[in-house]
Amino acid sequence: MTDDPIDLVKETDEGGQELLPRAGTPPEELSREKGSVLRVPEAMPGDPAHVDVEVPDDETMIINFGPQHPSTHGVLRLMMELDGETVLRSKPVIGYLHTGMEKTGEELTYQQGSTNVTRMDYLSPLTNELVFSMAAEALLGIELPQRAVWIRMLLAEMQRVASHLMWLATNGMDLGSTTMMIFGFREREMVLGFFEKTTGLRMNHNFIRPGGTAADLPDGWEDDVAVIIDTIEARLDDYDQLITGQPIFRERTEGVGAITAEEALALSATGPILRSTGIAWDLRRTMPYLDYDKVDFDVIVGTFGDNFDRYAIRFNEVRESIKIIRQVVERMPVGDYRVQDKKVTPPPRARIDESMEALIHHFKIFTEGFKVPEGEVYTAIESPRGEIGCYMVSDGSAKPYRMHIRGPSFVNMQSLPVMLRGGLVADAIATTSSVDPVMGESDR
Amino acid sequence: MSVPVSVPTSTSTGQEVVFPPLADYHETVTSYKVAGFAMLSDLTAVDYLVHPGRTLPDGVAAERFEVVASLLSLSAARRVRVRVQVPEEAAVISSLWDLYPGAEALEREVFDMFGIRFGGHPDLTRILMPEDWEGYPLRKDYGVGRVPVQFKAAPGPR
Repeated sequence: MTDDPIDLVKETDEGGQELLPRAGTPPEELSREKGSVLRVPEAMPGDPAHVDVEVPDDETMIINFGPQHPSTHGVLRLMMELDGETVLRSKPVIGYLHTGMEKTGEELTYQQGSTNVTRMDYLSPLTNELVFSMAAEALLGIELPQRAVWIRMLLAEMQRVASHLMWLATNGMDLGSTTMMIFGFREREMVLGFFEKTTGLRMNHNFIRPGGTAADLPDGWEDDVAVIIDTIEARLDDYDQLITGQPIFRERTEGVGAITAEEALALSATGPILRSTGIAWDLRRTMPYLDYDKVDFDVIVGTFGDNFDRYAIRFNEVRESIKIIRQVVERMPVGDYRVQDKKVTPPPRARIDESMEALIHHFKIFTEGFKVPEGEVYTAIESPRGEIGCYMVSDGSAKPYRMHIRGPSFVNMQSLPVMLRGGLVADAIATTSSVDPVMGESDR
Repeated sequence: MSVPVSVPTSTSTGQEVVFPPLADYHETVTSYKVAGFAMLSDLTAVDYLVHPGRTLPDGVAAERFEVVASLLSLSAARRVRVRVQVPEEAAVISSLWDLYPGAEALEREVFDMFGIRFGGHPDLTRILMPEDWEGYPLRKDYGVGRVPVQFKAAPGPR
């Protein structure tokens, strides 16, 4: 650490986010991608043999990929230094979708907070609501009824299916398989239709709230879910035939965008990226939350850490999620879907017509919100993209003092320069896709 | 896995928390890394400007900022949270980038949002806000952006 703060200010003052010129950069620094913001440090140098130190500045070209390019999954900008078709260095530039949601979260009560966080990862909104609610409940110290827990598990797994199907669709499109795109969107729509029936909205549900869920599952939900998972399961075999064995797909994904287990760990990558390197780390299994320790499922791991492994992991996780959903449907407990704690749960609508106290109570909860005891907590769950965490600080009022979301897309983006290094620019699109970034969550 | 002595510890809602002094921050995290905490799962900060009377263990003097790092041990499936008090007048703390390269983007975000500087960070620039932005949005003395909305007597469409 530099001792003099003044020097530090000088050396770390806000500069431009540009790639530094190649000339005048020592070779060992090039292997660590000097000037690339998300780079590997001294402890984890790349193989110097892979760095072509002979390439002078005037033979390379820096191109900006995005932020408007459709294959960047939103507004990601990738600066890539190219030598012909080969990516020498790259640097993701983010922030184009920053809307200050953490600041907004400090202005909203715990009751309103889930409407805010649900808009972060717009491809798996229920996961965001779940982690936010779990953090608030940990501070409140309330225990949920069994039915609420299992409804949450059902919805979280349906969400994982929808999110992975969406990923299969966009990944197919990035590799030129428009058939897969149509198929993925078609099946995802079935899940979204169920969400619309259950929560009232296709996305941004605000359904999982501190204290349980907003409502019970609709009548006949078992049949709806059974139809959806049976259809998707049968069609997964079609996709398997369409994609997995296809020579072009394998050529374009196998060995492309590889990352080692050490690099993934060092760069804090979680989710399919970490599992593709062979580390069986899934929070549902390794640090169980909800009732995931009571259901049977497998954690899918890869071997090579390449794009194909990440594809195979997501593909098979859909099957595992369907397995969990089957068990949830079978074993769904009866009871309340919200905690019967008057402090947190507003009185039911029927009571408001009968009782003045209930009306006042209802009014108080929706205008002032409920107070949460002072404290701080970090909760983490497994989102389709990796570990999503919520660090919440309460000062005893009805609004979080600080609400920080650790977004898996934001952190996983750091492994992108490592995966892209030395690859072809055409593969950059496939590799970016295999990270599965959602910019709404990355930028918050 | 032993905690270095002279570091006050506590549990918050059942989670393990340590409070090293600012000077021992890097050393404490190093000892955790050696003890098997292979991943830095989260790093953020809190501005306690308007909540000074928070509960802290004995021997920890409250400062305005607090940097919070969550370390994760995959082998033991255990988390530990490191909370460091950072004074307002010299909001400088050593970077964890040399231990955990994944700290890079997280520390940049803290710098961007709170103006806390990380010594030893390779490229401390704004990550979410525009490069020429003034101020640090998540500080408590930074106002919430508002767009004035006129409800009554608004001029009609021309």
